Amino acid sequence: MGGISWDWNYTLQILPDLIRALLEVTVVVTILSFVVALVLGLVLAIVMRTPNVVVQQVLRWVMEFIRSTPPLVQLFFVYYVMPHLGLTLGTITAGVVTLGIHYSTYCAEVYRAGIEDVPRGQWEACRALSLSTRRTWLGVILPQAIPKVIPAQGNNLISLLKDVPLLAAIATPELLQTAFEAGNKTLSYLEPLTMAGVLFLAVSIPASILIRRLERRFGH
Amino acid sequence: MFAEIADRMPQLLSGTWITLQLTVYSAAVGIVLALVFGLMGTSAHAWVRRVARVYVEIFRGLAVLILMFWFLYSLPLLGLRLEPMFAGVLALSLNIGAYGAEVVRGAILAVPKPQYEATIALNFTTAQRLRRVIIPQAWAAMLPPLTNLLIQLLKGTSLVSLITIVDLSKVADNWRGNTGNSALAYGVSLVFYFVIAQILVLIMRWLERRANRRLGRATPSRRAERATLPAAGGGA
Repeated sequence: MGGISWDWNYTLQILPDLIRALLEVTVVVTILSFVVALVLGLVLAIVMRTPNVVVQQVLRWVMEFIRSTPPLVQLFFVYYVMPHLGLTLGTITAGVVTLGIHYSTYCAEVYRAGIEDVPRGQWEACRALSLSTRRTWLGVILPQAIPKVIPAQGNNLISLLKDVPLLAAIATPELLQTAFEAGNKTLSYLEPLTMAGVLFLAVSIPASILIRRLERRFGH
Repeated sequence: MFAEIADRMPQLLSGTWITLQLTVYSAAVGIVLALVFGLMGTSAHAWVRRVARVYVEIFRGLAVLILMFWFLYSLPLLGLRLEPMFAGVLALSLNIGAYGAEVVRGAILAVPKPQYEATIALNFTTAQRLRRVIIPQAWAAMLPPLTNLLIQLLKGTSLVSLITIVDLSKVADNWRGNTGNSALAYGVSLVFYFVIAQILVLIMRWLERRANRRLGRATPSRRAERATLPAAGGGA
C-alpha cells in the first residue's frame, strides 16, 4: 500500500454538508436541549426544596434513575414509545426532549448547590419582610444563586454537545450521521469521519476554553 | 408482561454480561491512562505537561460515538482492522481516561504542599514519594469524582450497540424489533442499567471508606460529599 490514501478533493466536496449539519442540526439541537434542561432543571431544583419528604424522595430517585441510565436507551424509549401514546415525534424533537430531560437532572444539581450557597440570613430576611414565596425566589434567592452557577452550567452544555451524536441512532441528520452517509455512498469512511471529528473538536475545544475563562472570572 | 420478561431473560443476562465486560475493561484501561496522563499533568517539565494537555483536550473534546465510528470504519482504510469490541473499549477508555486524567491531576495538586516537602526532607525517591505519600492521599480525594466517571462510562457503553455489539441496549432494541413492545423492552433494560449503576456506586463507596480508613480518616457523610462534588454532567 502506498501510505495513507487521503483524497483532498473528496474532503472539500463533503465539507460544506458536514459544516451545515454541524451548525444547523448539532449546534441547534444542543442549544434547544440546553434551554429545556436549564428551565426544567430550575423547576426540579425548586420543587426539591419542598418540605414534603415523600415528594422529595420520589423526585430524588426519579432523577437518580434518569441520571444513571444511558441517554441512548432513553432516546429509543422516547422515540419508539411516544407514538403508542398517540404522540409521534420527529427525530429532532425526540432528541431535544431526551437530552433536555437527561441534562435537566444535572442542571438541577448545579442549581441546588447554588441555592444552598445563599446565606440563611437571606431566607430569614424574606420571612421577616413577609415576602411571598414567589417574591422570595424571584426577587432574592435566584438572583443570588444563578450567576454563581453559570460556569458549572456551561460544563453541562459541553457535556450535552458531546451527547448529540447519539441522535445518529435514530437517523437524525446531525454531523456524525451526515458523515456516515457520505461514507456509505463512496465506501470511503476515512475523510468524512475524520473531518467530523475535526469539526467537532473545532466547536468543543474553544467552548471548553471559554467556560474555563468564565470559571476563573466568576471564580470560587 | 412477566412471562415476556422471563422469556427475554437469557438475552437480557447475556447483554448485561457484555455491558459489564465493556465497563470493567474500559475502566481498567481508563484508570491507567488517567494515572499516566494525570501524573504527566503535574510534571515539572513543560513539554510533558503539554503532551498530557493535548491528550486531555482531544479525547475529552471528542464525542465517544464519533471516536468509535472512526476506529471501526476509518482505521481499516489506514490498514488497521479492529474487532468491534476492541474498538468500543478503545474509544470508551481513551475518553474516560481523559476525564480521569483531570481528576488525578486535580487530586495530586490538592495534596498539601508540606507533604511533598516532608518527603524531600526524608530523602524519599520519587517512586517512594508517590507510592507512600502522595498517591494514597490523592486516591481518597479521587474516588468520589471517579464514581461519577464510572457511571458516565457505564452509560457510554450503550453506544457499542450502534457498532454491532449485542450489549444490553442492543438486546432491548432487538426485543422491540421482534415484538413491537417498545415500552417494556426499553423500560426493562433501563431498570437493568439502573441496578448495575447502583451496585457500582456501592462498590465505589466501599473503596472510598477503605481509602479513608487507611489514612486514618472518617469518610465524610454523603451529604457533605455531595455538596463538594463538581456537578458537571457526563458526556456518554
